[in-house]
Amino acid sequence: MIEKADQIFVLLSHWLVSFLPSALQPAAAVLLSVVAIIVTFPALFAISVLLERKGLGRMQNRYGPNRVGPYGIFQPVADGVKALIKEDIVPFRADAVVHFLAPVFLVVVVFMGYAVLPMGRNMTLVNMDAGLLFFFAIGASTELSVFMAGWSSRNKYSLLGAMRAVAQMISYEVPLLMSSVAVVMITGSLSLGKIVDAQNQYTYGFPHWYVFTPWGFAGFVLFAIAATAETNRSPFDLPEGESELVAGYFTEYSGFKFALFFLGEYVGMMGISGLAATLFLGGWSAPFSWLGWVPSWFWFFAKVMLAMCIFIWVRGTLPRLRQDQLMNFAWKFVLPLTLLNLIVAGLWRFMGEGWLRWLVCSAILLLAYTLMGRGGMRGDHIGPRSYRYAE
Amino acid sequence: MSIVFYVIAGLSVAGALAAVLLKNTVHCALALTLAFAGLALLFLELDAQFAGFAQILVYIGAVAILVVFAILLTRGSETPQDTVLSRNPLVGLVTAAAIFAVLGWAVLHSSLSLPQESAKPQVTVMDIGNALMGRYVLPLEIVALLLTAALIGAVIVAMHEKEAAK
Repeated sequence: MIEKADQIFVLLSHWLVSFLPSALQPAAAVLLSVVAIIVTFPALFAISVLLERKGLGRMQNRYGPNRVGPYGIFQPVADGVKALIKEDIVPFRADAVVHFLAPVFLVVVVFMGYAVLPMGRNMTLVNMDAGLLFFFAIGASTELSVFMAGWSSRNKYSLLGAMRAVAQMISYEVPLLMSSVAVVMITGSLSLGKIVDAQNQYTYGFPHWYVFTPWGFAGFVLFAIAATAETNRSPFDLPEGESELVAGYFTEYSGFKFALFFLGEYVGMMGISGLAATLFLGGWSAPFSWLGWVPSWFWFFAKVMLAMCIFIWVRGTLPRLRQDQLMNFAWKFVLPLTLLNLIVAGLWRFMGEGWLRWLVCSAILLLAYTLMGRGGMRGDHIGPRSYRYAE
Repeated sequence: MSIVFYVIAGLSVAGALAAVLLKNTVHCALALTLAFAGLALLFLELDAQFAGFAQILVYIGAVAILVVFAILLTRGSETPQDTVLSRNPLVGLVTAAAIFAVLGWAVLHSSLSLPQESAKPQVTVMDIGNALMGRYVLPLEIVALLLTAALIGAVIVAMHEKEAAK
């Protein structure tokens, strides 16, 4: 029974495919999985948008959407209908072809990343040897779509937003990659399935997730920072900065194309959350061994939605960074720490079992964090804010 | 030679031709990206996963972005009025033909110099990693040193300009 519940989607797929002639079966199985992904994640997107609007409303002492359906839970449906029936405006001077291709390209690329994520036991669409590399290669292509959108609109705010976005995404891609390299070093594989398997063990009922080791914890925090910046989320949402750039690179998009950008952003966030869960939080494995009876896919989606809640929480809490702060933070703080984390991961690997490696690795990371934090803050006089033009 | 190969090859060639022939420089850069993507797909078609993904990550994720950045920052994005052809296309044509001839000759003769492999070799990412860290560690380190030097050089060039402006 437990086995059945765990494998319910796999069994369902086998059952559905078995109606077809055997020559068509492999292709049909792949198609079915693709359709499942394309249906599931937009549904989660609708839920998280509602969650975000309600949650941010609560944090800002207002109600949020509460008119459509009980407690406003049908708001995403209304939003979707609105986006579909709105007029699609293309600026007169815009580059029509590139303007059209940008959102399509973004959504296609963002969905491709899910091909390698293990969403449960035996629930990986393509079990690739170089799965992690595939995810990053695909993720890097989203920058191009952002650039296409900003450039083709022929609007200075769009172009500024696109330039900011590209600069930011390039800068934070380095720490994003570097912090996950530590996981690859310890596991000895780029395959996401093997990374999950390596973490799916328990001692005294507690899991061997990488986040519970010194290098893993540091790596996870750095990865989370870089992932927030990669997805252009607050406090790194300068590319959209509505108080400065109207809406950044998608200023000139309306109707369903705008909805596609919105979808791309959230689906990308869920994808990178899924990757973070896979790399550091044990993927589909249960948090305690006595919870092993809960289906594995439940844990994956629970971790992804938890990460989404943290994204929303951070957005409601932190103010936006300035461009120079953003760059300094990436190159002078996050990148050196990720490089150091690689060395610490190597130490951890070769120091053998025992309490000594815990002490040494934690001490190095804590010391570096403190010293670099102090060093970076020295000379910065933080006082009350002075307004140059507004007084 | 499957039909997939012809589709990908056509895509890459079309992208490369468009990169040369289009008028708008940003369109050229985007077409060049298409050619890069075609090459990456060719690597994947040959079962070379690592090379294919590295091609996407480096060329589409970094080089193409750098190209468009350079175009936008140097104000080269204005479309030329009359034609994309240069005033004396003959020199360019001769150079291109010479390079093509040398490359074609090298490719056609490469199968003779390589050891004959009867079966398709199974190369995993782990093999590539072992080779890079074992047999080819010296070239790897030299490349790393060169790149670091280039990086520091670029930073120094940028810093110097800033001081002079003060």
